[in-house]
Amino acid sequence: MRTISTNGPVIEFRDVLYVLPNGQMLLRSLNLQVQRGETLVLLGRSGSGKTTTLKLINRLLNPSGGEVRVNGAPTAESDVIRLRRSIGYVIQDVGLFPHFTVERNIGLVPRIEGWSSNRIHSRVEELLQMVGLDREIASRYPHQLSGGQRQRVGVARALAADPSILLMDEPFGALDALTRDQLQREFLSLQQRLNKTVVFVTHDLREALRLGSRIALMEGGRLVTVLPPQDFLRSTDSLAAAYVQAFGEGLNSVATRGSE
Amino acid sequence: MNVFHFFLQHHEEILELTLEHLWLVGISTVLAVLIGIPLGILSAHWPVWNKPVLGTANIIQTIPSLALFGFLLPVPWIGARADRLAILALTLYALLPVIRNTYTGIRGVDPSVVEAGRGMGLTGRQLLFQVELPLAVSVILSGIRVAVVVSVGLATIAAAIGAGGLGEFIFRGLAMVNNQLILAGAVPAAVLALSADFGLGWLERRLQPR
Ligand SMILES: Nc1ncnc2c1ncn2[C@@H]1O[C@H](COP(=O)(O)OP(=O)(O)O)[C@@H](O)[C@H]1O
Ligand SMILES: [Mg+2]
Repeated sequence: MRTISTNGPVIEFRDVLYVLPNGQMLLRSLNLQVQRGETLVLLGRSGSGKTTTLKLINRLLNPSGGEVRVNGAPTAESDVIRLRRSIGYVIQDVGLFPHFTVERNIGLVPRIEGWSSNRIHSRVEELLQMVGLDREIASRYPHQLSGGQRQRVGVARALAADPSILLMDEPFGALDALTRDQLQREFLSLQQRLNKTVVFVTHDLREALRLGSRIALMEGGRLVTVLPPQDFLRSTDSLAAAYVQAFGEGLNSVATRGSE
Repeated sequence: MNVFHFFLQHHEEILELTLEHLWLVGISTVLAVLIGIPLGILSAHWPVWNKPVLGTANIIQTIPSLALFGFLLPVPWIGARADRLAILALTLYALLPVIRNTYTGIRGVDPSVVEAGRGMGLTGRQLLFQVELPLAVSVILSGIRVAVVVSVGLATIAAAIGAGGLGEFIFRGLAMVNNQLILAGAVPAAVLALSADFGLGWLERRLQPR
């Protein structure tokens, strides 16, 4: 295994504000650090500002105040195209290009980056295998895939140019329970191998406990608390406790990682 | 003498005027596409341009064609020759469907596809040429098809200002109260319109993204 010596967090929010043109404040004084190789889960009800937070990292949105740093450098000063190509992005609706085959979808960024077609081809095969898809699928179009297959292709596409950071916005939210469970399991084993720095958005506590190394709880545009899964279950914070209560029994067996 | 004989007897002139007609329609369509697609892209990407661009194209569409010829007559260089005048007028009329369908086609691209493209680091140009335009192409083509079909009909009026085309027969026939002459203009024009409609419609379906 590679060991990367690093100083400081991979992603850092410093007093970040996000205000809409109409004056509505969506995020207020957000301070957050994401460490190398961890899976930080942004948990919160819909409308709490999770997607806004995520999009500030790859500059699909720009902060109205404060700064976001990636690998130590303020994103405002980095080249936005280079920044985005160094960060994988997976969304709930996947957004596969409907006029491209699976192979072209996955290989688009490598192609733009000037990889040889041989290298792209073998990379696509490697990625398909990595996300548990048959190589026969490479020549299919998105409309010929199931929801679960589409989301796997979405993950493969985000990993194509081997970014060190992965942003995932409710990636499994639209899937049926069985497929979701399977993809969560695969995500864990993939993450164990790849060791990406992941920011994962969900409103599902069970998913947060299962996948996260830390859970950042959001509400009304604020960060309420950041805790490892086991600690989250024991938290005395009223909102965290309300979440635990709402999701009911059996959560202890889901949360595998704690701070003890 | 029946219509068939008339067509046989005048086939050279019919062919010549049909080609002239095609030329008027062809050039004006190419110009409308070259101007209309960029304007459609502009208004799809920068909403402030939407109202002025589509509004202007809309107003032009409402000007009666004979009046438009009259308005354009004093324009230097253009007004000097009837065919230039006719081509400019036909171009202006063809703009609206091209602009509107380019706009609609681009705005109709699934927002999650655009978001994914931007998120993975496509430049604006890459997004436009690799994603938005390919996905909008059948909608844009259907706008071009409408423009061509309308132009074929409108171009018959160009004969009124001496720009030639199949309208020559129609105007001559009207003046001489000769139905065969009118048909000699109207039938080839209808055939042109129908074949353009069919051909471009076929292309449109072939390029329809899944
Ligand atoms: N461009 C926008 N215009 C108006 N409201 C917005 C816009 N973007 C987000 N919002 C609102 O801001 C709040 C936070 O949005 P979001 O970050 O998407 O929340 P989450 O991902 O947690 O559901 C929501 O109430 C949403 O409706
Ligand atoms: Mg969201």
